Amino acid sequence: MTQTDTRVGPAAAGPAPGPARPFWTSRRRDQLAAYLFIAPQMLGSVVFVILPLILVLWYSLHEWNVLAGTFDFVGTDNYTALAEDPNLGAVLRATGLFSVGLVVLNLGLALLLAVLLNQRLRGTIVFRTLFFSPVVVSLVAWTIVWGFLLQDNGGINGLLDTVGVNGPNWLRGEGTAMVSVIVVQVFKNVGLNMVLFLAALQGVPGELYEAAEVDGASRMRQFWRITVPLISPTILLTSIITVVGSLQVFAQISVLTQGGPGTSTTVLVYYLYQQAFQFHHFGYGATLSIVLFAIVLALTVLQWQMRKRWVFHES
Amino acid sequence: MRAGKALRGVAVAMAGALALTACGGGGEAEDSGPAKLRMTVWSANEAHLKLFTEIADEYRKSHPDVAEIKFDPLPFDTYTTTLTTQIAGGNAPDLAWVFENSAPDFVASGALLPLDDTLKKADGYQYEDISPATLKLWQDDGKLYAYPFSTSPFGVFVNTDMLKKAGQKTPAELIAAGQWTWDNALAAAAATAADSGKAGLVIRDFDYKGWDNLSTFWTGWGARAWSEDGRSCGFNSPEMVDAMTTLHKATFTQKALPGPGTTADFFAGDSAMTITQISRASLLKDGGFGWDLVPLPAGPKGDYAVVGQAGVGVMKKSPHAKQAADFLAFFTNPANSAKLAQFFPAPRQSQLTAETLAKTNPKLKPEQLQKVVIDGITNGVVKPSHSGQAELSQQVRAGLDPLWQPNADVKAVLDGVCAKIQPLLAK
Repeated sequence: MTQTDTRVGPAAAGPAPGPARPFWTSRRRDQLAAYLFIAPQMLGSVVFVILPLILVLWYSLHEWNVLAGTFDFVGTDNYTALAEDPNLGAVLRATGLFSVGLVVLNLGLALLLAVLLNQRLRGTIVFRTLFFSPVVVSLVAWTIVWGFLLQDNGGINGLLDTVGVNGPNWLRGEGTAMVSVIVVQVFKNVGLNMVLFLAALQGVPGELYEAAEVDGASRMRQFWRITVPLISPTILLTSIITVVGSLQVFAQISVLTQGGPGTSTTVLVYYLYQQAFQFHHFGYGATLSIVLFAIVLALTVLQWQMRKRWVFHES
Repeated sequence: MRAGKALRGVAVAMAGALALTACGGGGEAEDSGPAKLRMTVWSANEAHLKLFTEIADEYRKSHPDVAEIKFDPLPFDTYTTTLTTQIAGGNAPDLAWVFENSAPDFVASGALLPLDDTLKKADGYQYEDISPATLKLWQDDGKLYAYPFSTSPFGVFVNTDMLKKAGQKTPAELIAAGQWTWDNALAAAAATAADSGKAGLVIRDFDYKGWDNLSTFWTGWGARAWSEDGRSCGFNSPEMVDAMTTLHKATFTQKALPGPGTTADFFAGDSAMTITQISRASLLKDGGFGWDLVPLPAGPKGDYAVVGQAGVGVMKKSPHAKQAADFLAFFTNPANSAKLAQFFPAPRQSQLTAETLAKTNPKLKPEQLQKVVIDGITNGVVKPSHSGQAELSQQVRAGLDPLWQPNADVKAVLDGVCAKIQPLLAK
């Protein structure tokens, strides 16, 4: 309808030599319409994505003192400071730990739930709804409620108490704090990946399983040899979404632990927020966001390259 | 093709509408005509805002060049962050409240307008009436950059019903007997906690994160977060180690204080005692429990007091900085200062009498006001503040985290805190 014409040939290759050819050919009109249609999105991208990206790069070369109103060019000083930052190692470790924990738990649980709820059993609709419902709950509200549950005298330890277990102080222990934040986030978003997996599972042709059954393949073998290859495009999609999302985690950390105890849950985005908005080092904050950008970009490119190896339809 | 044409029409209309909205969202031109002033505050308390608005309305009657004075409450927890983000985003207020912990940064930054001349020249202002001790934090090179509209001492609010029920002496009785010491206070808190199943003593707003509130405790041991000149760390001093050892024992052995991750609100009846500023008296409900307000218990170094301060300054870059400073002079003149004193203890010496304070603090008795407020303001140590406090504060918080474990090595943890913050202090 308004797609850009991509035909190649004399008819579409621009104005043919000859007199009295109107400027507004139907092709040009179509192109104009197409550009006008994408204009709102383009404008949004430019104003809210591309321009800020360029500005962040620019800020990262400056020392910006908000209070004093000074904005001085410092060249690569912020990048030198980055290399010497004693906290960066711990921050990257926490970020990596969170991402790995989240991706493994989230995708594993989502796939398990999807396979279970893909069975023709009574009540699966109810469970699907139950597992999906946290996705539509406000993130901050969800996190605040979990914050109460995870308190030392909160609901979870109360429950553990009834079965005679003395629960740890979840958000205060160096190890348990990270686990708590990951689990809270997994429960929040596992429903979304579950639904994506469910859709993919339902697209797997039933006759493949019947044929495998006839050949005597076990359920496990069917899963690894039929299900996984056929849903691999979805696995790729969900893993990219989850990895990128995990690197951007902020609200949960801000509400539950504020990066503590110590710096055990200070992930990159939270550290960036501290540097820029709490310590007023906007230039250094911008530098950290360039690091984040580079990491996300590298991981996404890597995953995209790897798809040829293990995504079924791509080979 | 018909559908195509119609769609093109829609696209043109959408792009047009977008262009219009994009152009329409510009800033309001405020430079001409009467000024509109905005003051950021961290109190959303209705009574507070009502009083501010009354003072502002009165000011506007005699100042037609000021069309509007708006009080803009920002969330308490993220107040400074929000304020600096507004400044960074080019949306700075004309006047702003400043916490004592960000005072050095604001005062030294040059973001605030010097106020001395405006205040001293204002009619009937009586500048010399302001207690010099309260101005110190807000001065740089002899210039005043913010007015300390609130100098609020910390005291101990006590749920006397809960203590009596647990068979404990009330702090008033202990004071009368000359026994109001931290040892006795912690013992009473522990016994009451054990009896009631509720919390003993809560250091309000500490919650194992807001460590600067612990200065209400360690000052009794003569400990300080850092030296007077702010250049050397005080966390591993013998006094601090003593104070923190006592606090650690009180929390994990005596159970006088609720442990980390436990919330208890004194004003909801969840704890026997709480350390907080007297401005929180407004949270006490009539007909609730029996209560008292007493000074901080004596530490090994004897009696002491700690005050929290808040200043209000004028942003130098405001297009209406002059009007804003003039309004500030009115907002804090003797008459209005007396009105504000019902919520925010004034720095004016003439108003620091139990009699004046009693008029506006109906919930507090004259002797409570004398002991906690007046003596506190006169002798109090201000809560720790330092330039670059946000970063320091974060490092201290992270450094202290290992202390809040039952088997922590207090001295080692405190040495660790100093190792973390000494490079920042030496800057």
